[in-house]
Amino acid sequence: MSTTVSTALRTSLPDRSLTPKTVASYVGGVTPVDEVGVTERAAALSTRSVKRESKLAALDLAIRMCDLTTLEGRDTPGKVAQLASKAVQPDPTDPGIPSVAALCVYPNLVPYAVEALAGHPVAVASVATYFPSGQAPLEVKIGEVEWAVKAGAGEIDMVINRGAFLSGDYYRVFEETASIKEACGTAHLKVILETGELSTFDNVRRASMLAMEAGADFIKTSTGKVSPAATLPVTLVMLEAIRDFYARTGRPVGMKPAGGISKAKVAIRYLVMLAETLGSDWLTPDRFRFGASSLLNDLLMQIRWIQEGRYQSPDYFTKD
Amino acid sequence: MCPSEPVKHPEIVPTGLDYVTSVESTEVVSIQENYDLWIDGAPTKPSTNRYFQTVNPATEEALSRVAEGGRKDVQKAVEAARKAYNGAWGKMQKSERAKYLYRIARMLAERSREFAVLETLDGGKPIKESRDFDLPMSSAHFFYYAGWADKLEYAFPGLGTDSIGVVGQIIPWNFPMLMVAWKVAPALAAGNTVVLKPAETTPLSALAFARLTAEAGLPPGTVNIITGDGRTGAELVEHPDVDKVAFTGSTEVGKQIQHRLAGSGKRLTLELGGKAPHIIFDDAPLDQAIEGIVNGIFFNQGHVCCAGSRLLVQESVFDALMDRLKLRLRSLRVGDPLDKNTDVGAINSPAQLDKITRLVEIGQAEGATMYQPPCELPERGYWFTPTLFTGVSQSHRIASEEIFGPVLSIMTFRTPAEAVEKANNTPYGLSAGVWTTKGSRILWMADRLAAGVVWANTYNKFDPGSPFGGYRESGFGREGGRHGLLPYLEGGW
Repeated sequence: MSTTVSTALRTSLPDRSLTPKTVASYVGGVTPVDEVGVTERAAALSTRSVKRESKLAALDLAIRMCDLTTLEGRDTPGKVAQLASKAVQPDPTDPGIPSVAALCVYPNLVPYAVEALAGHPVAVASVATYFPSGQAPLEVKIGEVEWAVKAGAGEIDMVINRGAFLSGDYYRVFEETASIKEACGTAHLKVILETGELSTFDNVRRASMLAMEAGADFIKTSTGKVSPAATLPVTLVMLEAIRDFYARTGRPVGMKPAGGISKAKVAIRYLVMLAETLGSDWLTPDRFRFGASSLLNDLLMQIRWIQEGRYQSPDYFTKD
Repeated sequence: MCPSEPVKHPEIVPTGLDYVTSVESTEVVSIQENYDLWIDGAPTKPSTNRYFQTVNPATEEALSRVAEGGRKDVQKAVEAARKAYNGAWGKMQKSERAKYLYRIARMLAERSREFAVLETLDGGKPIKESRDFDLPMSSAHFFYYAGWADKLEYAFPGLGTDSIGVVGQIIPWNFPMLMVAWKVAPALAAGNTVVLKPAETTPLSALAFARLTAEAGLPPGTVNIITGDGRTGAELVEHPDVDKVAFTGSTEVGKQIQHRLAGSGKRLTLELGGKAPHIIFDDAPLDQAIEGIVNGIFFNQGHVCCAGSRLLVQESVFDALMDRLKLRLRSLRVGDPLDKNTDVGAINSPAQLDKITRLVEIGQAEGATMYQPPCELPERGYWFTPTLFTGVSQSHRIASEEIFGPVLSIMTFRTPAEAVEKANNTPYGLSAGVWTTKGSRILWMADRLAAGVVWANTYNKFDPGSPFGGYRESGFGREGGRHGLLPYLEGGW
């Protein structure tokens, strides 16, 4: 993983002196969110017109922010090796295209990803904590995280305990997340809220705050296994939570929308929203990632279109 | 987790991506060098032989020269309207009238890009707004009232469906095309004919609309457009064969019209100024309230009669709200109205810019604290930086007078009762906004606020089906919805 991530983000560890009561009152005090208003604001930002040089710069940035992902039961070392090669050099015909930020795989495939990416600037990220459901004892989850980190994962994408959250046991969510953070050691932690299961924007904002308090380096919308996954409104709620957490603590937290983002046009809308909410300091892979698999090729196609004035057949871009 | 000492760290500056300018093409519009009056379905030279310039407020460039209508022209226009009322339009089957209105609605939708660009060129509003609000809403009003045209007997059972006759309508410069739609659609749906005077700084969309009605085959004389300044408007108001006057504009002019019409037997509706209270309770969804506040006062450069220009914030969330609001102001993009990424466009005229500048100077002299975000304004054209005033008292002029610009006066309150008292402490009564997550409090407030429209957890929301209009010095009569037919039916307002 890039060293900038760990130095820029790992500035504070969670406050472990908290009690169930203080955590509950903290969550209760989180500012409410109006669904209609968030949706309107996201739609309004989506009308921004990003053309020519601005578009090219945004597409290039989006590639550098990609966590190229494969999370399937049928994943094999061979598949991971292929994807690793794509991550390093997304378009072999155009050396100007940058590498993606990270390759994201299941824990048992981390060693293969590490091997394939050795010497390259692409980080290895591993989902963990019994992704995607998180339904396992904490010790088992911690064990999985430790295993993945030991195998060489520089980034851990954990899932929060949604069952505990929805039953009101916020302290447990906080405690578990903080324990995972400790188990990560120097690896940096992305906390998946699974917003599709949290269901309301109020819950998303509360869970975002809780995850950041527990030490999250990034907060992430979704596993990609639940619908709806990432949406612009839910991402806006999380970006505003990051802004408020930063204003209070001075610790910048990153954002990762994941799942369902497959078009370059949509990726640019996310970047518009990011820049108009958190400013240019967040326009870096250290603070923003896209969790996606099919997005990368659409980004490549759009770049080719701008450069050559016409669309290429998808057959000219490699699948893996 | 508890609030602690303020932390020193680099400030967030929400700048947006480095957007290259993305300017809407003006090729879709063709503006004539001169525009005559539109009387009896055809361009008609003014008896005055005088023409005045209309300029693009964003560049100060002249766009066209427009006829100045005098007494004789108003006479001609009213005669044409009377002829159409006694003839083609007045005697037409209601279901046939509906077809014309539907046709106009469709044509406006089809040509919305052309009208949006024209509106932005002539008035200075951002293309984003003319494209996404003014034009879709104009078309929607014609669709809505087209539906009523042959169903009038169901609108107000017992009232009857008789139209009034010749209607004189005077509209302002802030939403030129939309105000044409608000005025013309219900008048025609009820069977009246119209003589309309657009504002002198923004006549072009009304003149383009006149040509559209001809293309739609509307019988000549049904809609007549008389351009000119306040004197032309006065001729229209005082013409003896005008049966009803509908005016949207300043309270000052509205009062003069009411004086002049007293005892004349003419019907009158007025949609005048406002100084709307926008009330933020401590349990409000703050980030969305910020959007509501920004939309409330910076939409259309604050040239909005229902603008939320008096912000009342519960003291306990004042600091949290102000931090967010100031941050949000920094991401507003002020500049070329034709740029698709512009949020705040040009001030409509030098006269309006003077008025805003003067009141802002008064605000500073009164001791209020001003905040303006860093903002680079274009060299040419009429511009004003989005402005906040804190430390405002009820007794300050910026707290009571309508500024009609991008200037927000911010005050605080402690209890719901105090919020109501401050909100109603104004001669106006057009609109109000309330932000709270407590449903019962929304209803409690709506019962007590003296305003024709109360928005809850949103602001500046319009729909053709929803009536709009004021109390007290904000006027009387309603536009939009079933109620919007009343001013144009015998026995109504």
